[in-house]
Amino acid sequence: MRIELEKRPNVSALFSILSPFIAFALTIVFGGIMFALLGKNPAAALYSFFVEPLSEVWSLHELAIKAAPLILIGVGLSVCFRSNNWNIGAEGQFIMGAIAGSILPVVFYDWQSPLVLPLMLVLGMIGGAIFAAIPAFLKAHMNTNEILTSLMLVYVAQLFLDWLVRGPWRNPQGMNFPETRTFGADAILPEMLVSGRTHWGFAFAIIAALLVWFMMRYTLRGFEITVLGQSERAGRFAGFSSRRMIWFSMLFSGALAGLAGISEVSGAIQQLRPVISPGYGFTAIIVAFLGRLNPLGIIAAGLVLALTYLGGEAAQLSIGVSDKVTRVFQGLLLFFVLSCDTLIHYRIRVVRERFAALKTDEAH
Amino acid sequence: MKKLLLALATTTAVLGFASAASAQEKAKICFVYVGSKTDGGWTQAHDIGRQQVEKELGDKVETQFLENVPEGPDAERAIERLARSGCGLVFTTSFGFMDATIKIAQKFPDVKFEHATGYKTAPNVATYNSRFYEGRYIQGQIAAKMSQKGVAGYIASFPIPEVVMGINSFVIGARSVNPDFKIKVVWANTWFDPGKEADAAKALIDQGVDVLTQHTDTTAPMQVAAERGIKAFGQASDMIAAGPQTQLTAIVDTWGAYYVKRTQAFIDGKWETTSSWDGLKDGILTMAPYTNMPDDVKAMAEATEAKIKSGELKPFTGPLNKQDGTAWLKEGEASDDATLLGMNFYVEGVDDKLPQ
Repeated sequence: MRIELEKRPNVSALFSILSPFIAFALTIVFGGIMFALLGKNPAAALYSFFVEPLSEVWSLHELAIKAAPLILIGVGLSVCFRSNNWNIGAEGQFIMGAIAGSILPVVFYDWQSPLVLPLMLVLGMIGGAIFAAIPAFLKAHMNTNEILTSLMLVYVAQLFLDWLVRGPWRNPQGMNFPETRTFGADAILPEMLVSGRTHWGFAFAIIAALLVWFMMRYTLRGFEITVLGQSERAGRFAGFSSRRMIWFSMLFSGALAGLAGISEVSGAIQQLRPVISPGYGFTAIIVAFLGRLNPLGIIAAGLVLALTYLGGEAAQLSIGVSDKVTRVFQGLLLFFVLSCDTLIHYRIRVVRERFAALKTDEAH
Repeated sequence: MKKLLLALATTTAVLGFASAASAQEKAKICFVYVGSKTDGGWTQAHDIGRQQVEKELGDKVETQFLENVPEGPDAERAIERLARSGCGLVFTTSFGFMDATIKIAQKFPDVKFEHATGYKTAPNVATYNSRFYEGRYIQGQIAAKMSQKGVAGYIASFPIPEVVMGINSFVIGARSVNPDFKIKVVWANTWFDPGKEADAAKALIDQGVDVLTQHTDTTAPMQVAAERGIKAFGQASDMIAAGPQTQLTAIVDTWGAYYVKRTQAFIDGKWETTSSWDGLKDGILTMAPYTNMPDDVKAMAEATEAKIKSGELKPFTGPLNKQDGTAWLKEGEASDDATLLGMNFYVEGVDDKLPQ
């Protein structure tokens, strides 16, 4: 006996909409069982995971801070993935954007002007885009696999940052510790509201999501992305160039990842360190798919994923579960979302051995 | 309506007072960990310290911790969360939490903070560190006695003052026994990576070292040393289980003594900001039993340990030259702490170029 996934001829519209909610409900049920097995009160655990972080103003701000880079990168990646280009190196583009944007406050720290911040943001986008141009060039002109090249460049970016903060960019007043100068007041992305720490990076994320949503829905470019992504051949007949699309989608997602990088550094960290991202570039891939590559969905997915991080911390304190349980819980959520989506598009078919043997005979 | 409001206000005030009073009975002491509390090294040593606070101060305290907190914005949030959840005293146990600790401390002037291994203090932020280098001096002496080739391997993490200080102290100790002693250094660029650390250990052994020491946190180098039949020193925790025939001794971090002292001061209302840098004599680090060595080496190590504890011996005492041969400390002159805490040069006898 064998189990097969078979594509459904018709996808149910109702279940497409319901699927995330079903997945969420399943996560709650199985998460509750897990907490009960650990000897914790499931209701209290779920409360600290999903409600506690939303019940206080400061915590909402933290949610926005955590979600901002995930959404910004995820939106850029959605364009890439939709056009069938697989940029896995957003983490590296995030770092290179942060480095490029930090040139002003670290190297030219004397220069103080209201122009510093906008220039930093532009440089950040350019830095991310240039770094994404490497896999784009390799794919467009040498037909290399962008999954591998973009992924491997992540390590290059990480080590380059590491070298900078231990070497040429090290803070001369920093007791030899590996970090740059802290940024001057002109180089810090300000807070959006007086009530908390949320910086403008969150606004960039939302604006980017809305713009991409508009582009995908109402512009020729959006149509081109979708067509080329679904069938390159059909796209060619329509006069679209897949090579130009490689360049466009990679540079676009690289620029947004770079913007996320410089926003994070300028708004939240305010200096460069050996490590500036706990894997935002990779988590954003999950966010992009969790949001079904739809920019508005990605906003929701980014917020949900950020919520599980914050909720995990709250649960560590209020009910004393380990950090590992948080990871398992996040894994449950992703598993159910993806499997619900899969089962909408495919149905499970059990193939009996006898029947399979018969088929093999026929083939002979 | 006014009366109702007044009644409400009074009730909340009373309730608030009551909760403040009960909070005073039980001090809430909190910890932020960079790693997992069962990492077998750095973080576990801090967590053992936390458990000691609970054990010794009993129901006067309640402790809480957050583990696997990445440095950066996440650390800021984690520390703020603890400050908001009613922690009175918060220990942040990684160098990378320094700026986050200072930032949150400004926001919560009534909460006390203690940051491990940093150099920034504030009226409500103290720093604490351990003179690990005292243990490394003893290790250097043992290495010089035990090594037949006169070369030890040193697996270093990052070229920060803490680590450079350790290398220098080890070499000074070794050369007090054997003036020709040499070390080979490999920079693993990690605190915690069993694979990289094992590779570094193999590379060093292939280059002919016959004693191994490490400033990284896993037991992998100890295991490699055991496989290859050379001796080694443990780090942060007693690693004797990983090398029963291999470990000579280990520097064991015993933060508990400090945590208990500071928590007691906090409960008594006598907490003040300090920059504390305790050593062997204060019990903030201890040497694991001296094993796998002849009795005379053991006797020497014990004598040195006693001299360091009594203050008779300070590892960084002249005459000492810098690596390039220029004079650093005159005969009998001891280095001041500020120089040690910012140390970015090697002493004479280190056969390595400091990554700059």
